[in-house]
Amino acid sequence: MRIMIDPKTPQARRDFLKAGALIAGFPAILSAQSTKAIKVGLVGCGGRGTGAASQALNADDYSELTAMADVYQERIDESLDTLRKASDGKISHKVKVDPKNQFVGLDAYQKLIDSGVDVVLLATPPGFRPEQIRAVIEAGTHVFCEKPVAVDAPGIRHVLESVKIAQQKNISLVSGFCWRYSNYIKETFEQVASGAIGDIVAYYATYYTSPVKPMPDASERPAGMSDVEWQIRNWYNFSWLCGDGLVEQAVHSVDKVAWAMKDQPPVSCVATGGRQIPAKGGNIYDHFEVNYLYPNNVRAFVGCRQMEGCYNENSDYILGTKGNATIGRGPMPRIEGEKKWTFQGTKYDMYQAEHDALFASIRQGKPINNGVRMVTSTMLAIMGRMAAYTGQQVTWEQAMNSQEKLGPDKLEWNMSLPVAPMPLPGRNKVI
Amino acid sequence: MGRGFLSTAILFAIPALAAVDFQKQVAPVLETNCLSCHGLAKALGGLRLDVKPKSTARIAEVMDIAPGEPGAMPPGGPQVSKTQREVIRQWIAEGSPWPEGFTIKVNKAVRGEATERAAVAKLHAKIAGNKFPAKMEPYKSTIPGTDVNFSMVPIPAGEFLMGGPEKDEGPLHNVKVDAFWMGKYEVTWDEYRLFMFAQQAGETAGADEVVDALSRPTRPYVEMSFGMGINGYPAISMTQHAANKFAEWLSAKTGQFYRLPTEAEWEYACRAGTTTAYSFGNDASKLGEYAWFDGNSNGKYEKVGTKKPNPWGLYDMHGNVTEWTLDQYGPYSAEPATNPWVKSTKPYPHAARGGGWTDPADRLRCSARLGSDSSWKMQDPQLPKSIWYLTDAQFLGFRLVRPLKVPAEQQMYQYWNNGVEKE
Repeated sequence: MRIMIDPKTPQARRDFLKAGALIAGFPAILSAQSTKAIKVGLVGCGGRGTGAASQALNADDYSELTAMADVYQERIDESLDTLRKASDGKISHKVKVDPKNQFVGLDAYQKLIDSGVDVVLLATPPGFRPEQIRAVIEAGTHVFCEKPVAVDAPGIRHVLESVKIAQQKNISLVSGFCWRYSNYIKETFEQVASGAIGDIVAYYATYYTSPVKPMPDASERPAGMSDVEWQIRNWYNFSWLCGDGLVEQAVHSVDKVAWAMKDQPPVSCVATGGRQIPAKGGNIYDHFEVNYLYPNNVRAFVGCRQMEGCYNENSDYILGTKGNATIGRGPMPRIEGEKKWTFQGTKYDMYQAEHDALFASIRQGKPINNGVRMVTSTMLAIMGRMAAYTGQQVTWEQAMNSQEKLGPDKLEWNMSLPVAPMPLPGRNKVI
Repeated sequence: MGRGFLSTAILFAIPALAAVDFQKQVAPVLETNCLSCHGLAKALGGLRLDVKPKSTARIAEVMDIAPGEPGAMPPGGPQVSKTQREVIRQWIAEGSPWPEGFTIKVNKAVRGEATERAAVAKLHAKIAGNKFPAKMEPYKSTIPGTDVNFSMVPIPAGEFLMGGPEKDEGPLHNVKVDAFWMGKYEVTWDEYRLFMFAQQAGETAGADEVVDALSRPTRPYVEMSFGMGINGYPAISMTQHAANKFAEWLSAKTGQFYRLPTEAEWEYACRAGTTTAYSFGNDASKLGEYAWFDGNSNGKYEKVGTKKPNPWGLYDMHGNVTEWTLDQYGPYSAEPATNPWVKSTKPYPHAARGGGWTDPADRLRCSARLGSDSSWKMQDPQLPKSIWYLTDAQFLGFRLVRPLKVPAEQQMYQYWNNGVEKE
């Protein structure tokens, strides 16, 4: 069994073939405007945002990066430097960001949208996502939006409205729930959906890893730095910005649960969670274990932990009436039971696939909208977190109607912002 | 006479009295000495020196501490020199002017190399101070502060015919190599995780300045064994840079010099005096007795040392995980060579050897070569991509060698720093 991997996705190959087909006299599939530039704006210029920008520039021959936004000019500078060197310098000529199109500050995303771009890539901390998605879509601009899409139910409802607006405006909205764009994981879920393991009885997903971006010592806080700046600098440690580990990282596993359950909501969930490692002024948990109840007594269990020195695992076990599907125990997904199956093909780069699909949809005028499922998966994780924070059983309706808003109503760079205390199960209420 | 004295004094005094040039004189001192702890990423004690500080009192204090004295800055590395301290004092005396809105940017590459050279100098002194073993014998060593051990097998100096029948394995050529010890097994997660997580190695900051100064892997976002097993299983998915840094760390921990094998050393040890396709002969049907490969691996790697060893007592040279070597992958020369080593000039390809659990029998031959590829980092969502992890190389690990002869400091630096870790 040879593992074959190829960074160039079949989508990209098809486009290449199409270009050849035009010469051979086949009907033009691409519009006559196919050499017109697609202007891309990047909001959030950290490692992931920069990665997304490089994928956007690789996805289309005439895509170009024309605007960038962040809360630090340094991040923009580093990102530009990285992009010019990326892909062996092959996309450097597509990096065309004038200093006047480099925007810094909490409102930088709005200025970026106003600068006139065709696609916006959203890669800031998730707490900012709902208002940014709305602004992009209201401007009639296509969007690539990283996961998760919100940190609380009010945010979720706001995004859901935005998704509808995007549908009305025929805007493409591609979500960064990347496994949906992974060819070998997709094939696994297609096997499951076609009954290869019979009916699903239970789903067990693990996301046991090390801490992602641990909180630095308070002594590293520069004198005079505002609460808001300090928290954004260390965004992974504050629930209003990251949504907590279950919502920010393990949401990939939650998304696969949703996928297996055909994106239908569960009935309810219970969960445990807490923090063992000192939070150093942050307020997120370092472990969760959620038990979702689906119709027909189907159960889904999601466990996640961010601690050093423990048993680590990132796997999915889908148990069915006729067999089991396993992802993450070895590089290839497999099915055991009445039917045996292992993925045999070439693995493609799922991150590139997201952008190949997005840009092809724009060229072809056939909008993609991943909105509803990205909202459902994010909400599923938020619901689990609510059950853990409160120690209560939470129904889907309760979660969807929750009024709990984690962040401040109006955010200013220099405002003081006390950190909400770490939630105590049994005392915190479902709001 | 008096006139002459005066003019001399003026000649000397004028440069000293000229105002300090902030960008040319002050900023570089702050950049190379201060910003890695007092900058945007880290602001120890709440002090940032990449932007105009509110007060220069603390800087003035530090400038009065001579290098080597307690409290001299920066701790660990080479410290602010006398001339540099004069410049900073004068700048403070002039009212510490700072151009409006100016931010000092760190040239990470320069800073990183200076720190690393200083660390290697200390490490070289530590290793060179240890007594050479009189005889080459097998040994087992426990990593200090832990109960994790590893075993080394002596490989005598010798000569062999390097290469094989495939296109990239020719021409066959004579190679001489010096004596070394080689890891009896592939490096396991038990060892590698001590390097990944200092806390698990029982390390506390400040206890060992040589170890403190070394670079360590970032925390991986996902689980890097991909569910295939930890205790007793080979470490995988690391870049060649990471393998080099593990060797450096292990050298610092043990006081003995370890590094990756060159391609020639690897093939020489794999052949163990044989000239056949495999170290047990040409019959691939016997491979299952010696190796984990796609014919018997059940879709994952296995614990190290569970098959038969080669004639020199090395396990899993064929199969289980493909192993990193030091060399850039490229065509061979027909010339005879002594201790050949193709130094790195670009990130890809580097040579890996021995085949692994995903490979067909043919790729496990003594002479089979594999060049690394950028697609091995395909699913890294970040840019720049990690210099430590390969998201798509679950077939790849390494083992280390310890040359009998300890190299000079400059060579040691080169063995541990391929210089091309950033793509």
